[in-house]
Amino acid sequence: MQGDEAPLLVAEGVTKYYGERLGCRDVSFEIHPGEVIAVVGESGSGKSTLLSLLSQRLELSSGRVLYRLDGRLRDLSESTEAERRRLQRTDWGFVHQDPREGLRMNVSAGANVGERLMATGWRHYGRIRSTASDWLSRVEIDADRIDDAPKSFSGGMRQRLQIAKNLVTHPRLVFMDEPTGGLDVSVQARLLDLIRALVADLGLAAIIVTHDLAVARLLSHRILVMKDGEVIETGLTDRVLDDPARAYTQLLVSSVLAA
Amino acid sequence: MSQPSYNFAYLDEQTKRMIRRAILKAIAVPGYQVPFASREMPMPYGWGTGGVQVTASIIGPKDVLKVIDQGSDDTTNAVSIRAFFAKVARVAVTTHTHEASIIQTRHRIPEAELTAGQIIVFQVPIPEPLRFLEPRETETRLMHALEDYGPMHVKLYEDIARHGHIATTYAYPVRVAGRYLMDPSPTPKFDNPKMQMSPALQLFGAGREKRIYAIPPYTDVVSLDFEDHPFEVQRFDRPCGLCGAESVYLDEVITDDRGGRLFVCSDTDHCEERRAAGQRGADAVPQAEELR
Repeated sequence: MQGDEAPLLVAEGVTKYYGERLGCRDVSFEIHPGEVIAVVGESGSGKSTLLSLLSQRLELSSGRVLYRLDGRLRDLSESTEAERRRLQRTDWGFVHQDPREGLRMNVSAGANVGERLMATGWRHYGRIRSTASDWLSRVEIDADRIDDAPKSFSGGMRQRLQIAKNLVTHPRLVFMDEPTGGLDVSVQARLLDLIRALVADLGLAAIIVTHDLAVARLLSHRILVMKDGEVIETGLTDRVLDDPARAYTQLLVSSVLAA
Repeated sequence: MSQPSYNFAYLDEQTKRMIRRAILKAIAVPGYQVPFASREMPMPYGWGTGGVQVTASIIGPKDVLKVIDQGSDDTTNAVSIRAFFAKVARVAVTTHTHEASIIQTRHRIPEAELTAGQIIVFQVPIPEPLRFLEPRETETRLMHALEDYGPMHVKLYEDIARHGHIATTYAYPVRVAGRYLMDPSPTPKFDNPKMQMSPALQLFGAGREKRIYAIPPYTDVVSLDFEDHPFEVQRFDRPCGLCGAESVYLDEVITDDRGGRLFVCSDTDHCEERRAAGQRGADAVPQAEELR
C-alpha cells in the first residue's frame, strides 16, 4: 500500500564520522508516503546513528538528506533551526527506545500528549484535553489516567504514551528507535499490533531501527541491513528475510530462535 | 580617616554608559533579556543589585527617587537603598508615588497609576521565565529566539489539570508586544494588568543573573492563559482595615498571639494618602485617640 509516487525523504550518501571512528557511511535510499522501512543490524552497526542523522539530531559529515516540503524536495542542511524544529514538532515523530527520553516524566499524560498541540498554538484547555483523551484511548491507555504522570506507568504504557505524543499532530514521517526494546514479549506483540494499525490507518511513513527481525518482518515493507556502518543489503522485507543474498544477512536470519 | 568620595550615583561613567546601552537595547526589543556586565555593588546578590545598577545609570541630580519593598517605603531594604542614593547621588527622595520620577521596587507595582515621564525599576531575582522548565541557558536562549514557548503552556495546562485553575500567583509569565515571553519579577499576578499599556517606562534589572530587560511605554503586555481559563487577578474579600481601600493588594499583619490579624494595603503610600484624605477602614484607630 504505497502512497503517491514522489518520495517523502531521500538520503544521499549519508555519512558520519565520530573523529576517526566511522558511524555510518554512504547510506542512500528513498522512502515514500505510507511506506515503512526497517533498518536492522547488530549493535554498533550504525543504525541509531543513521536515524539521528536523518531526523536532524546529528550533523552529517557528508551527504544530504532531502525532505519533501510544499511539494518540493528540500535539502535539510539548508533549512534554519526554526524550520527544523517546526518539522520535528509537527510533521515528524521520534519514538525513543527509552520512553523517558521522549516524555516529560513529571507532568501528566494529558500534558505530554497536549504539548505538541500547545506548541503549535492550541489555546483551548478543554479541546486540548479532549484530543489528548482521544489519543490515549487510541493507544489503549485508560482515559482516566490522563492526569497521571508517566512515572506511574508501566514500560509498555510509557511507550504507547510516547507514540500518542508523537502522533497527535498527524506527522507524515515517524522515526522509531527500537520501539519494543526492553518490553516483555506479550507487551511487544501488543505494541507492534498497535503500531501496525496506526501506520495503516494514518498512512504514516516510518523508519524503524531494530535488531529484532520479527519486528522488521511484521511492520516493514522494505529493509536495510547494516553492518559496520554500511548498508550491505536492501530490498523488500519478505524477500530479504526469506532469501537473504549476503552472508551476514543469512547469518542474521538463521540466528533467529525458532518460536 | 577621610570619607571616600564616590562618583555620582556610585558607578563610574563608563559603567553607566555600558548599562545605558543595555537599557536602550532592551527598550528596542521589549521583553528580551539583554546581558550586561553586572558590577560589584556594596550589597550582596539577592539584595537588589540589578535594580540599583539600573537606577544608578539613569538617575540625575534633578530626579526624585522612591524606593519600595513589597509595596512598603519603610522596610529595611527600601530604607537602606533610599539612603544609599541619597548619599551617593544626593537626590531628593520621596515616599509619594506621584512625586517620584524614578521608582525602584521589589516585588510590587504601586497602586497609584503611573504617568508618562515616570520610570519604574524592578528588582529581578531570576529573569528567565522558562528556567524552572528548562535549566539549560543554551536551550532557553534558543527557545526565545525561535519563539518555542510550548513548555510554558504545558505548565499552565498541568496546573489546571491538578488544581482546576492556573496556580501561579506571582511572577506570572507574560507575552510582551506579542513576541517575547517575560517574567515580570515576583510581583503578584494582581499587578500584571498594570503593566499593560502603561504610560511609564518599565525597566527590569537582575544583578546576579546579569540581565536587563524593558517594557517601553504603551506596550502590549498580555498574561498567558487559555481561552476557556482566562487570566484572573486575585480578589480580596474585604477592604483595607486601615483606609478602607477596595481592589488593592492587601498584606496580612498578625496583631497578637491569639490569631488576631489585620489586612492592610501593601502599598503604604497609597494607604497613607487615603487616610490623609480622611478615608477610614474598619480597624483604623480614630484620629482623636491619644497614646497611653
